[in-house]
Amino acid sequence: MNQDMIPLSAVPEGSVAKVINLFTTGSMRRRLQDIGLIEGTDVECLQKSPSGDPVAYYIRGAVIALRSEDSRNILVQYH
Amino acid sequence: MGLTSFSTGKHAVDGEFIIDRREGQRVIALAGNPNVGKSTVFNELTGLNQHTGNWPGKTVTNAQGRYTHKGTDYIMVDIPGAYSLLAHSVEEEVARDFICFGFPDAVIVVCDATCLERNMNLVLQTLEITGRVVVCVNLMDEARKKRIRIDFKKLSEQIGVPVVGTSARSHEGLEELMDRVGEIVEHPDCAARRLRYPKVVEQAIALLQPAIDDLQIAGIPSRWIALKLLSEDTQLIEALNNSMQIDIRTDEAVSCALGEARELMNEQKISVEKLRDIIVSSIVLQAEEACADVVSFDKAGYNDGDRRLDKIFTSRATGIPVMLLLLALVFWLTITGANYPSQMLSTGLFWIQDRLTDFFLWLGTPAWVEGILVQGVYRVLAWVVAVMLPPMAIFFPLFTLLEDSGYLPRVAFNLDRSFKRCSACGKQALTMCMGFGCNAAGITGARIIDSPRERLIAIVTNNFVPCNGRLPPPSPWQQSCRLTLTRRQKRQFCP
Repeated sequence: MNQDMIPLSAVPEGSVAKVINLFTTGSMRRRLQDIGLIEGTDVECLQKSPSGDPVAYYIRGAVIALRSEDSRNILVQYH
Repeated sequence: MGLTSFSTGKHAVDGEFIIDRREGQRVIALAGNPNVGKSTVFNELTGLNQHTGNWPGKTVTNAQGRYTHKGTDYIMVDIPGAYSLLAHSVEEEVARDFICFGFPDAVIVVCDATCLERNMNLVLQTLEITGRVVVCVNLMDEARKKRIRIDFKKLSEQIGVPVVGTSARSHEGLEELMDRVGEIVEHPDCAARRLRYPKVVEQAIALLQPAIDDLQIAGIPSRWIALKLLSEDTQLIEALNNSMQIDIRTDEAVSCALGEARELMNEQKISVEKLRDIIVSSIVLQAEEACADVVSFDKAGYNDGDRRLDKIFTSRATGIPVMLLLLALVFWLTITGANYPSQMLSTGLFWIQDRLTDFFLWLGTPAWVEGILVQGVYRVLAWVVAVMLPPMAIFFPLFTLLEDSGYLPRVAFNLDRSFKRCSACGKQALTMCMGFGCNAAGITGARIIDSPRERLIAIVTNNFVPCNGRLPPPSPWQQSCRLTLTRRQKRQFCP
């Protein structure tokens, strides 16, 4: 695995990363794809909630909160 | 949804959703993502002229209403909010089935002007099924506030169907919307944009399409059915079979062509799962393409205001304290604020009670008649109104204010972790807050929770939230009320 490829959950606040792959399956995978999380999509990590989970992301013009159990299955490229 | 005599009472329980179409009436489906003001468009158009029911065999409620525009009678059908028509949830399945098999004369797809690209997903998917679509870009008032500009003409050229900007809350643009709907219904030939797929997929579709064309399935494009057969959408195929009284998979020509198409895809190492990914990605990318030159922002960082508020409302340092303060303020205003109108109401209503007693004494009715009517019926009613009306009249507007300002989703965001530890969902915080106003409202509100299990937890536990009627703690005036009551009772029962 390339060094700058990390799970989305590890992207720090205020940074932008590009989606490489989704490792989730079934209905969660479809749900994530529906909100526009496909290969090549830019995702900005906006803000962690007070307890650190979930985290708000800016995805294709909408703010979406993802729990870490979902975002750690999303592989992104971060530079 | 309006509470009409038809939408409540016995009709609400078992009213199956059947569209009673009369000669000359046009059926228009209203589709859209959740939270784009679809119901506002529906309510603005139909007013109270609507009724609700369940989709046959589904626990999804739905509304239909009448609307007359320029002499044509329309039946507007508010279909469930959905992000896509790939049917991942019951709501999406119902939405898709209505667009496919309900044969509406036109479909209005309501979009959120502030995030058009995401909404375009549903528009493009709807265009795959029918070309009779009018896109309604709603919430234009909010878009203007955020200085978002949308070039409707260009968007309309891009997707090949009419696009109308509206703000349903102020009725803006709805007349034009219905003008366009009228045109589409009268002249359904239009050049709707067709979703394109990678070459292999297109080849596979081309192999299948002629065999499906031979079956002559009216109203549903063969190209779309081909795609569904290839991606093994069994749910849809079964619905199609039921609706058309055929069995498409056992048709010789179709199964033969399907085999060939599969082989072609296998050669390119495209599994069904992979094909589904390709389909979704193609839709998302083409939605991006369609919106690329259409949406422009007057000022860069149009969302900065929102982000700054997010920092205050959801950051580690201030998120929880601000939340507690705001909720405490709501409670304080409700409980303390309600005392004054409550006191006035009770003084007024009990003054009337005394006059009623005087009236019955003057009539000379037996004591038990006065007892039942005044001491029983009237006083209980007066008591309930005096105690419960003021807190509700204060709590619900405050709650609506928090909801409209977008603060409540942030509460859900703040609290999700804690709720998750109890195997529940952060959105339950919202339904619980609502439960402080009224448990019934809190329970119906639980439909915002996606997971059936988490939803059930929210419904069952909502009962433990004391609602307005159970909430008011003994405050000085209530004690004084109780004192007067005892005094009055003494006066009556021990003359």
